[in-house]
Amino acid sequence: MPSLKDLKNRIASVKATQKITKAMKMVAAAKLRRAQEAAEAARPYAERMDKVLGSLAAANAGNADAPILLSGTGKDQVHLLVVATGERGLAGGFNSSIIRLARDHAQKLLAQGKTVKILTVGRKGNDVLRRSFKDNIVHYITFREVKQLGFVQADEVAHKVLEMFNAGEFDVATLFFSRFQSVISQVPTAQQIIPAKFETKDAGEPATGSAALYEYEPSEEEILEDLLPKNIAVQIFRALLENNASFYGAQMSAMDNATRNAGDMINKLTLSYNRQRQAQITKELIEIISGAEAL
Amino acid sequence: MADAFNFELVSPERLLVSEKVSEVVIPATLGEMTVLVNHAPTMTTIKPGVVSVKLASGQVNKYVVFGGFADILPDSCTLLAESAVPAAELTRETLQHRIETTQADIGKATSDEHKTKLEQFLAELTHLNGVVVAA
Repeated sequence: MPSLKDLKNRIASVKATQKITKAMKMVAAAKLRRAQEAAEAARPYAERMDKVLGSLAAANAGNADAPILLSGTGKDQVHLLVVATGERGLAGGFNSSIIRLARDHAQKLLAQGKTVKILTVGRKGNDVLRRSFKDNIVHYITFREVKQLGFVQADEVAHKVLEMFNAGEFDVATLFFSRFQSVISQVPTAQQIIPAKFETKDAGEPATGSAALYEYEPSEEEILEDLLPKNIAVQIFRALLENNASFYGAQMSAMDNATRNAGDMINKLTLSYNRQRQAQITKELIEIISGAEAL
Repeated sequence: MADAFNFELVSPERLLVSEKVSEVVIPATLGEMTVLVNHAPTMTTIKPGVVSVKLASGQVNKYVVFGGFADILPDSCTLLAESAVPAAELTRETLQHRIETTQADIGKATSDEHKTKLEQFLAELTHLNGVVVAA
């Protein structure tokens, strides 16, 4: 049984922890709002890019000399996994759920006899994956010093990916990140970025029909060749923003839980503290009374 | 000008403009082009340059874009810029910074084709440097 003084100290320390988690929750909430706004602001660009590329790709679908970013290298032996995680922890299951998804994927590929290469974005993912896939990690990018995520950062990642692809270092690239659904729900997602995949549109969609009437300047192929690498950067940018929003969402709910747990703990400790104090008073009284009776 | 059409200028970070305009001048790769209403559907890539937007009200706004592409339809025009800023907000430093990064890229470029592309890009940037910042 801890003494009264011990209990008092513990209550004080839990209270201090609660203050910290509460502050972190509020910071995360403020940052979440900004991250969410950024993710929403990026949406129009990505959507239009998708639409334009989708119709261009559909027009080039049967083309034998379509760019290899679109049609792939024809093999799927070497896989590149781009794993985007947070820079920091204390966000509940945010990092570990992305890592778990990537790890399962990597193990499945390895079991099929494929070669797996991993590019990690973010410190947390790198730390954990390095333990089990030390030899597979080919590159590591961190944005630890970056305050505001911009397109420049996404471009840096895309640059690296494209450089490797052009050097023939892999055939298929998959991006792992956490899709932001709401503050309490973030879904770890795997998205194939090379060869590019577009949502197949309905046959009757007018957008595809009018694509044939377009004039292209310079040529259709050149535009496609120009846009596909850009699209990689845009996809990565979107993933990073979603990831960022998810991170703060996860952190907010994790810190909310922690604050509540600390509250419960304080209540419990206060109860036993009061009980013990009462017991001590009773004990002292009994001692006085029995002492008086003995006289 | 009676007829207006929708013009949107989008950068990956945000939607800059979405308005009714009567006339837009775009720095397309094969030369500047002016887009009016009922333009034939066209898709074109864009070089670094100034986009000048004439609003339906007659006011003219200028934006500096750094590459991208435009999707032109009879009743709308969407410009997807890699990076875009209102001309008034552009400073010599940001431009200089871009020129320097491009120069560094040229040094690293392996294929001649890539090098030519970058050099072209650099030339456009330098030209822009002279035009915009002086104005």
